[in-house]
Amino acid sequence: MLNKKGKSYYFCWGFFLAFVIFLYGPTFTIVVLSFQGPEGGLTFPMNGFSFHWFHKLWEGGGYVDIGSAFRRSILLGLILMVLTVLLSVSAGMAFRKKFFGANFLFLITVSSLIVPSIILSLGIALEFRLLDETLKFLGDKYSIQWIINDFQTTLNMYSSGLGAQLTWTLPFGLLIMFAIFNRFDKSFEEASMDLGASSWQTFKFVVLPIIAPSVIGIALFGFTLSYDELARSSQVMGATNTLPLELKGLTTTVTTPVIYALGTLTTGISFLAIFIAIILFMIMRKK
Amino acid sequence: MKINKHFLLALPFYLIFIFFFIIPLILTIIVSFWDYTEYSIIPDFIFDNYKYIFNKCFKFSTDLCVTFKTYLSTFYFCFMAWFFTLIIGFTVAYFLVFHVRSVGMQIVLFLICTIPFWTSNVIRMISWIPLLGRNGLFNSFLISTGVIDEPQEWFLYSHFSVILAFVHLYTLFMIVPIFNSLIRIDKSLIEAAYDSGANGFQILTNIIIPLCKPGIIIGSIFVITVVMGDFLTIGIMGGQQIASIGKIIQVEMSYLQLPSAAANAVILLIITLLLIWTMTKFIDIRKEL
Repeated sequence: MLNKKGKSYYFCWGFFLAFVIFLYGPTFTIVVLSFQGPEGGLTFPMNGFSFHWFHKLWEGGGYVDIGSAFRRSILLGLILMVLTVLLSVSAGMAFRKKFFGANFLFLITVSSLIVPSIILSLGIALEFRLLDETLKFLGDKYSIQWIINDFQTTLNMYSSGLGAQLTWTLPFGLLIMFAIFNRFDKSFEEASMDLGASSWQTFKFVVLPIIAPSVIGIALFGFTLSYDELARSSQVMGATNTLPLELKGLTTTVTTPVIYALGTLTTGISFLAIFIAIILFMIMRKK
Repeated sequence: MKINKHFLLALPFYLIFIFFFIIPLILTIIVSFWDYTEYSIIPDFIFDNYKYIFNKCFKFSTDLCVTFKTYLSTFYFCFMAWFFTLIIGFTVAYFLVFHVRSVGMQIVLFLICTIPFWTSNVIRMISWIPLLGRNGLFNSFLISTGVIDEPQEWFLYSHFSVILAFVHLYTLFMIVPIFNSLIRIDKSLIEAAYDSGANGFQILTNIIIPLCKPGIIIGSIFVITVVMGDFLTIGIMGGQQIASIGKIIQVEMSYLQLPSAAANAVILLIITLLLIWTMTKFIDIRKEL
């Protein structure tokens, strides 16, 4: 049955192609539409071809400060990338042996993937709000000047925002580490230890080079999931906005192809990250 | 078990989840019993937030209360999203495992399915607008072919567009676990069934589907939980007109009615956990990971 190219074979190919068109078609449409002429609207037909809307976007389009939201999102994405890699790799190493609370940690990591994001966002917002009130209370009680004068909130992109996103990127990182170590040949490591290497040396010169290509995968998840993340961080970013938050606001207010230009740019950055990851993966594989 | 080196390696990871997962969830439960005014939240132990949510819900003589209506609507979205992602996800995974022969090709096609997951959800939602809008491609196409006479309004900002977006965004959550289950099926089982005279349909229903049940369940858990708590997709694709529990929580937060939002979150959490618990009854989830 499996070697015969029957009806099922052609049906499945057709189905898969249709699915790919369904996946990419809409994004492709807005990429095309972002090059609308200056007179063009939100839908087809194309009114000429121009970079008009990208220029508009560059000037700020009169809406919000897209540029700084962009920079913030990329910076946060990079921080998330580094943290996700470091924490997932070290936790992944730890999980190869039994340790105190390993099962519990595994359970909460998986739960974090499936708990509705809005609940967690609310919880973290509450946590930081209560933290604020505690700090203000302490500030009043012991008359700590800077708290009384300057303190506003602990809710910030790099505190609560960062933490909220970590609960989303870390589970992916850890699951990838599990997948790596399921296929990992321990004998290299043992050989290295037998030859007198310390455990740090073994990690650095034996384990790391072997797992490095897959760690690229974790980095990719860390960056892209943070860069596009919205649901979890929506309530906890404090005063500043990241790009996805700005975008969400724009969906209701903007009625020009500027939003498509922004979409094209954002998607372009995601694709660039994926492209770099794949290239790095292939280079490291070859070594 | 003594606290060893491995515990220390996992410690930072542990602390992140204690501080950003465990404590927030516990606080949510605690604050759901608190009182609040327009500008502050007050420690207390009252059930008013819950009473308010279920206000008039158990008088069956009248119409359904808002809470029940919203949950019914959310369940409806869950079911539709689940149904379509399952059918599409299964077919795609089946194709990748059984019809793509070379591993290299399998990886490439698998990546093609995965790449959109790494791009922005909001953009992927917005990108339906030029297709589904009143003057969008679909309407123009249907009018030019004479299927409809005038532009249809229900393509965009409707239940239809919300479900479409869910399927568009989350089919991957089905493909990956089902793929993972299918690829472990011993191909000789299928050959044996074929040799014993089973037809393609019998092989599918008697061998392949039962063996990939764990993948189906894990995928279903992902899709259903993500739809249960959704407020973004329903908001953007529903034109901010369709209610969902996630949206109720979000709106209450914007009015700083935090204890009330927390009570809604607790109920949502309980219902989501019950759904997951029911689904895991069908498989041993630990064996699959």
